[in-house]
Amino acid sequence: MAHAVATREVHREAQAQPVVELRGITRVYDTGRVAVKALRGVDLTVEDGEFLAIMGPSGSGKSTLMNMLGCLDRPTAGSYVLNGEDVATLGPRELARIRNRTLGFVFQAFHLLPRTSAQENVELPLLYHDDGLSWKEIHRRAREALEAVGLGDRIDHTPNELSGGQKQRVAIARALVTRPRVLLADEPTGNLDSRTTLEIIDILQKLNREGLTILMVTHEPEIARFARRIVTMRDGLIASDRPSPGLSATEALAEWRDELDVHEDLTHDAPAEVQG
Amino acid sequence: MKWSAIPYLSFRALHRNAMRTVLTALGIIIGVGAVITMVGLGQGASHEIEEQVNRLGQNVVLVFPGERQLGGVSIGGGEANTLTIEDALAIRDEIPEVVAASPEVRSQRVIVYGNRNWATRVYGQSADYLQIRQWPMESGRMFDEDDVAQAALVAVIGQTLVDELFEGSDPIGETVRVRGLPLEVIGVLAPKGMSLMGSVQDDIVLVPYTTGFQRISGRSHAMVINVQVFDQASMDVARLKIEDLLRERHRLAPYQDNDFTIQTQEEVAAAATETSRVMTFLLASIAGISLFVGGIGIMNVMLVSVTERTREVGLRLAVGARAPDVLLQFLIEAVILCLLGGLGGILLGLAATEVIARYAGWPALFSAEAMFIAVTVSAAVGLFFGFYPAWKASRLDPIVALRRE
Repeated sequence: MAHAVATREVHREAQAQPVVELRGITRVYDTGRVAVKALRGVDLTVEDGEFLAIMGPSGSGKSTLMNMLGCLDRPTAGSYVLNGEDVATLGPRELARIRNRTLGFVFQAFHLLPRTSAQENVELPLLYHDDGLSWKEIHRRAREALEAVGLGDRIDHTPNELSGGQKQRVAIARALVTRPRVLLADEPTGNLDSRTTLEIIDILQKLNREGLTILMVTHEPEIARFARRIVTMRDGLIASDRPSPGLSATEALAEWRDELDVHEDLTHDAPAEVQG
Repeated sequence: MKWSAIPYLSFRALHRNAMRTVLTALGIIIGVGAVITMVGLGQGASHEIEEQVNRLGQNVVLVFPGERQLGGVSIGGGEANTLTIEDALAIRDEIPEVVAASPEVRSQRVIVYGNRNWATRVYGQSADYLQIRQWPMESGRMFDEDDVAQAALVAVIGQTLVDELFEGSDPIGETVRVRGLPLEVIGVLAPKGMSLMGSVQDDIVLVPYTTGFQRISGRSHAMVINVQVFDQASMDVARLKIEDLLRERHRLAPYQDNDFTIQTQEEVAAAATETSRVMTFLLASIAGISLFVGGIGIMNVMLVSVTERTREVGLRLAVGARAPDVLLQFLIEAVILCLLGGLGGILLGLAATEVIARYAGWPALFSAEAMFIAVTVSAAVGLFFGFYPAWKASRLDPIVALRRE
């Protein structure tokens, strides 16, 4: 992924403007009788290379915000500039292009295609690419992405032959394969045990160090601690926005290992996670 | 979107659900197979009819007694007693365009040879009947004018009788009995196969019409007069002349309708072909209904599939698929499903036609046209019945779709 990182560095120097800039975003769901205000005027600026955790109780609007950031939903009012483009004004065709090119998605439930190899799962976004990549290039990029998440030896495995952590790594590879500017992770560790959670966070931190901007929704404060900035939502508004210690998952993993006895260490590779 | 990726994605999706794909395609396989079989048999029948009409003889005009409806053709008949042997002879002798005329009388009789017997039709005909029918002899000879003049007790028999009464041994010179009347077998007809109406033409005994009228049927009037005209160009003239001649001989006043009906071989053929065409159409319609039902099956399965794959659709939309990409993928899935069904159906249809043709003895004709139409129709079925589910898939909201468990 050295090439991708280099490209990102160039971007960073060329444009000083933030990657994400939300201004007065509101989202009203018209349910017929009552209008539900999910977002009530959110302002948020995310600079290139940040690792941001979005927290908040359910119903606080964090999911709506995530959909908005992911260009899956459009604001009722307000402006959203993503990577220099005013997204709120774009049509569905352009939004699909942005989801494909600028954004990468990682979901709590992985959303891998069943009975389909890791390789093919990762290739999927490239098939919707407009550049007319050759099949050879598509295969090569998918393999690279899988190697980047440490699954170079699992490319032919189908999801039911993979552990939860491995599935999420395939999903991360799928998000990375289009070389996006921003990775949107919606509760990426929600279906994983603590150990695997740390491994996934470790991968995200590594990608972030390489320059990828990450926006992660989580409801667990322990997970949010690994981000470098924590935004808390309440009642459709940002309640707090503060820096976070940005703990190192690598260190946390090392500590974890120290606490484990030898027996568990030997069973390290057994898929013991909660399946999604 | 990468264009070569759409059929690829469709194929992969069908492959992931191989069992369901096969079961769904089965509906189309049976539908197309039924169409292919029915059309094959129908066309075979039509072709056979054409062949037989040609075998009916060259430039043949049939004169039936009584007035008959043109549409409702039957080769049999002879209800009215208006045609005499003399009429036939007059047609032959007085109309220059006519080369031969045979007054025909038919009766169903049991033929006895030794201790064996066989029920068959005995035809009284003239000596030139085989010339009219273009019917060659297998062995022996046809009775001649003298035999007719003398009402000789001779018979020419069809292949069926050789098989049934003589068990294949040479019948020439043997004597068979019809109601106690001894007939000497003097010739055997070449095998001719089935007639237009499906009866076996070889199941026949020919005797001089004199013998037939007087000694076997007891009738005095002809059931049909088989007339052969000199050439195709003279058919219409001959026909008019026959009509004039018979009206004159029957002393019909101008206000009176004909008491006979003249039909050419083409008219008989047209009616028979029309009948078989209608049959083919009916059979193909019934088969078409099963294709339609197969199409509904496709739609049903595609709808279930879209519901089942809601999250997949949501994911595709999230990673950059556009609504038309999703629509196209599902649509192509349905079309591939139907095309696979169509190809399978052709194979099934060919096999079924072959089996029916072999064991039921029905003639069958395969046409590339029918197969082409079957494949085109099944693709159209896929497009038609696949569109709604595909459209539904493409209209999914990715947010809702992804949240679906």
